[in-house]
Amino acid sequence: MTLWFATRALGLVTLTLFSTVMVLGLLTAGRRAPWRQPAFVITGLHRSLALLSVVFLGLHIATSVLDDFVTIRWVDAVVPFGAAYRPFWLGLGATALDLILALVITSLLRTRLGLRTWRAVHWLAYACWPIAVVHGAGIGTDTRLTLAFDAICCVAVAAAAAVRLSAVARAGTYRQPITGGTR
Amino acid sequence: MNKELRVDFIACDGAGVCAELLPELLSRDEWGYPVVTEAAVPGRLRGHARKAVALCPKLALHLDL
Amino acid sequence: MITMSTTRDRLLALTAGADAARHAGLAGPLPLRGAVRPGRLGPLAQVVAASGLRGRGGGWFPLIRKMEAVAAGAGSRPPVVVVNGMEGEPLSEKDTYLLNCAPHLVMDGATLAAEALGARRIVLAVTGDTYRPLVGGTRPGLRSLLQALARDRTAYGVDPVEITVLEGPDRYLSGQETALANWINGGPPVPTTARPFRKGVDGRATLVGNVETFAHLALIARRGPEWYRAVGTPDAPGTTLLTVSGAVGHPGVLEVPLGTPVRDVLTAAGVLTEPSAVLLGGYGGAWMSGRTATGLTLDPESIAAAGGALGPGIVHVLPQGAHGLVRTAEIARWMENQGARQCGPCQFGLRAVADDLDSVIRGDAVAGDRLRRRLALLPRRGGCAHPDGVARLVASALEVFA
Repeated sequence: MTLWFATRALGLVTLTLFSTVMVLGLLTAGRRAPWRQPAFVITGLHRSLALLSVVFLGLHIATSVLDDFVTIRWVDAVVPFGAAYRPFWLGLGATALDLILALVITSLLRTRLGLRTWRAVHWLAYACWPIAVVHGAGIGTDTRLTLAFDAICCVAVAAAAAVRLSAVARAGTYRQPITGGTR
Repeated sequence: MNKELRVDFIACDGAGVCAELLPELLSRDEWGYPVVTEAAVPGRLRGHARKAVALCPKLALHLDL
Repeated sequence: MITMSTTRDRLLALTAGADAARHAGLAGPLPLRGAVRPGRLGPLAQVVAASGLRGRGGGWFPLIRKMEAVAAGAGSRPPVVVVNGMEGEPLSEKDTYLLNCAPHLVMDGATLAAEALGARRIVLAVTGDTYRPLVGGTRPGLRSLLQALARDRTAYGVDPVEITVLEGPDRYLSGQETALANWINGGPPVPTTARPFRKGVDGRATLVGNVETFAHLALIARRGPEWYRAVGTPDAPGTTLLTVSGAVGHPGVLEVPLGTPVRDVLTAAGVLTEPSAVLLGGYGGAWMSGRTATGLTLDPESIAAAGGALGPGIVHVLPQGAHGLVRTAEIARWMENQGARQCGPCQFGLRAVADDLDSVIRGDAVAGDRLRRRLALLPRRGGCAHPDGVARLVASALEVFA
């Protein structure tokens, strides 16, 4: 039974970490916010916590596979919806993992890939995090604790998203591209 | 031989992460954009310079040979 | 359009206009030798190298180096040749004049360059019908004129490669090489980090050259590098076109050997007394006192050594009684509005410089120091040389007029 509890606990920790990473990621956008000094702390923390989250995610997956209370194979962690145990909810987790792998690998290779490619993949984070939240909410047996965590994380991410959207709205189009001429 | 710092000002958005991480070589102008006070990167600062390049939100900082 | 000659003209002697037969009679046949494979350089390259021909768009960059870079960057894909007739500098008329009066010469040069590079596309970029305050009157549809000419040349088999004529936006930066390539590719006419000799039009290696550069090339190919070098200076051989304007008796386009004393040019343009100040190089150039200017020769090195720039051959005399600082403030404000607004130091810096200059004119002493500090932060902090030019101009104005 221990591994079962460990999996659940690690899942909640991972979710909390990823939510923090989301909040930090949202706060790195937009430049004219003097309260965000020093900027390198937020961006550096975002990276470090993201990597830490992956470690905890790895442990969460390991305990879920090693636990014989239910049958979950290693392959079910990356290939969604083929598991014996709760295939749909587990599959969401596998989808989230696939997206996270894409995010982390492209971020590690960011300087080599160039900004446009990296950013295109990084937008997947906005899909990845909700999928992870729903995975956690749907797969747990004791839902009250999970939902409490989910609620706190959602509030935090929503607040950060609101900050980002308002910064974007205020900045507006202060750098206008030039157009003109006939062809 | 020394690597040189270069800012791509078309990509740069003035976030200032570079100047925070490499104050010995970079400062900021009154609008927040980086000023390369010293382009040649001495060996002891090479690691810090690489970190600044990696953390620039717009990948606007470059280390050239 | 008034033109003058101080010596045996070279380009300006071949102003056959649209008349192809007359052009052929004056210039001689077009010495085509057959296109090379992309990535190589045809025999014309040796001629270009020996002649020492330098670009006439303002950069004075040796053409052979550009051609070598394009050949190196081309790989297996045929490069593109762009003839830059955008002439964004308001004080410049020479390119428009050449395109109107010696278009065949320019097209000959483009075709020769294309052949030497294995290029299969030539784009000629010109501006539209705009009123030019220097000499008055509107130009007839330059694009349609040139398009018709290009079509005829293709029809008669003069050019192995078709020449496309495009009309670009009338903005200062639309003649900047990367901005021009960007616009031809369908983007906005603003500079990019991509270098045209590697990745320009259609993502291909692109040779971007000034209208006048190609005109010189067309003659060098016919008459040889020794002929070209017979006038001018060792570092800046040949003749060049100047646009003389301002308080001069005969404003207009003038052809002189490089190295001609400024004094002689002013005399030819009908300037009878030493002017108080002269602007050399255009809106991105530098003011000089009349005394300094008349002691210089018209070549890029001599003027750069005096702290200025020859640019696209601009000689502009400040009218007697005109206020140099006020004129510079107008230019600075105009240059601010012409910026691409891509780079913070330029977008905000040029505005601040224009504001400070206005304050200095109103008598604000503190603004002068602040202005000098800000000017020092403009050079090399943009995506192109626009802020550098403004910094040079305003600094020179402070020295000459303040």
